[in-house]
Amino acid sequence: MTELFLLSALGLMLSLFLGLLRVLLGPGIGDRMLATQLIGTAGVGILLLLSVLLDQSALIDVALLLALLAAVAAAAFTGQQKTQHD
Amino acid sequence: MINILSSILILSGVFFYLAGSIGLLRLPDLYSRLHALTKADNLGLGLLIAGVALHSQDLLMMLKLLLIWLAVLAASATSAHLIARQARRQETGS
Amino acid sequence: MSPVSLPLFDALLLFSIVGLAWASLATTDERRSVILFIAFGLVLAVAWGRLLAPDVALAEAAIGAGLSGALLLGAVHRQPRPLSPGSTNDSRNQGATGMGVVLRWVVTLLCTALAGTLAWALLHAFSSVPHDMLPRAISGNLAASGVSNPVTAVLLNFRAYDTLLELAVLLTAVLGIFALGQANPGYQPAGPVFDSLVRWLVPVLILTSGYLLWVGAHAPGGAFQAGAILAAAGVVLRLAGRTRIGLPEGFMLRIVMAAGVGLFLLVGLTLLLLGRPFLGYPPAWAGSLILLIETAAMLSIAATLLLAFLGGRPESPAHAARTESANTTASNSGNEEQTPC
Repeated sequence: MTELFLLSALGLMLSLFLGLLRVLLGPGIGDRMLATQLIGTAGVGILLLLSVLLDQSALIDVALLLALLAAVAAAAFTGQQKTQHD
Repeated sequence: MINILSSILILSGVFFYLAGSIGLLRLPDLYSRLHALTKADNLGLGLLIAGVALHSQDLLMMLKLLLIWLAVLAASATSAHLIARQARRQETGS
Repeated sequence: MSPVSLPLFDALLLFSIVGLAWASLATTDERRSVILFIAFGLVLAVAWGRLLAPDVALAEAAIGAGLSGALLLGAVHRQPRPLSPGSTNDSRNQGATGMGVVLRWVVTLLCTALAGTLAWALLHAFSSVPHDMLPRAISGNLAASGVSNPVTAVLLNFRAYDTLLELAVLLTAVLGIFALGQANPGYQPAGPVFDSLVRWLVPVLILTSGYLLWVGAHAPGGAFQAGAILAAAGVVLRLAGRTRIGLPEGFMLRIVMAAGVGLFLLVGLTLLLLGRPFLGYPPAWAGSLILLIETAAMLSIAATLLLAFLGGRPESPAHAARTESANTTASNSGNEEQTPC
């Protein structure tokens, strides 16, 4: 069972790595933001697997925070600022 | 029995994750990549959470996992839209 | 498989962190740099989790990934765009001159020296025997500290002075922010999709903040993480163009800003008057006192971080009302640029 979790964590890490390539390559800023969302989701998955693997239930809280704050980052990306005389 | 079911769920979750990431790398432009990412990744995460939930020790942990899943679903759907709209704005020049 | 998988996992993680840090600093486009930094923060949070440091992972996810990202993106958006491709940012031109090259070499040498010192210190710590004196000391005194989470015990009891001074530093920072002037103009009102995100995200963030504050006594969590999450809730409201973002106004704002340091000092001085050492909690009361101080600290930290995002003194409610009415008359003359969703 532990090996399966380790393998799955490795698979997710690979997925994160592929997202990393897109963050570094992606021609537009939207591609990079999108890949950051992937990194966030993969991170959530990895943390959930680690929480069972390392027997640390607090990592589930970290995963929750990661999910919520990836949303905050995406929100920050799209906020339209008011100009000075709005 | 639980181990077998959990293993199947987790492995298929990882498969969908990898599929989504490969799609992210291979598809031609932003909008198609958004499709690949939001659909495949969320399905992968859902399966993964279902697999991990079978190992959970108490009700609170299961509820937290459910909350994570719902939050990621709603957040990634919304952020996919927002990212696409932002890209569209930049294309049409604002 | 296990002997191979875990080191491979760690190697990929390490490579991602270093690669993202390098790329974030090496790019010339500032927005790209910030997004890489956000990704870096996310991966770093995973790394802290892998190292079995959930408290730090929580703080990194909240502050490093979410809040810093929003702050930096806001700052980058506010920069004026260069008028022509030729007139790129000054730092590149400065780098070509002699002074710039010397400066860069000096900084490189200093950073290398710092990294070398840290590496030596780390190796020295691992080689000295025994190297678990600190964990033993903490677990020995944990029962008398009033909480069962060792991190909270260290922060709020054994090393309470340090936390008090950290909160004072935060207060000084917010005074500096106030000295910058008025807050930024703000954001356009959100479209329906963004608004729908805000509607559930903000309540969940507030709930999570309260949960982390409460659970910090016996599990990873605590005032800093809770305060950062609360600030993130306010930031999301601000990004959606709301005028009410949870910050109190006028005198109440000053109270909230000073509450962290103030309550800490109040507790310490009261204990002093009662004949105990400064901030030496009586073991029976320690848990409740810590929770009290953490609540005040959470509010102060949240207000400080939110004000940092605002970028200055928040406008007074009367001023906000006047600009609201001015906006409606201006928009009636056909000057809206809000795109439909």
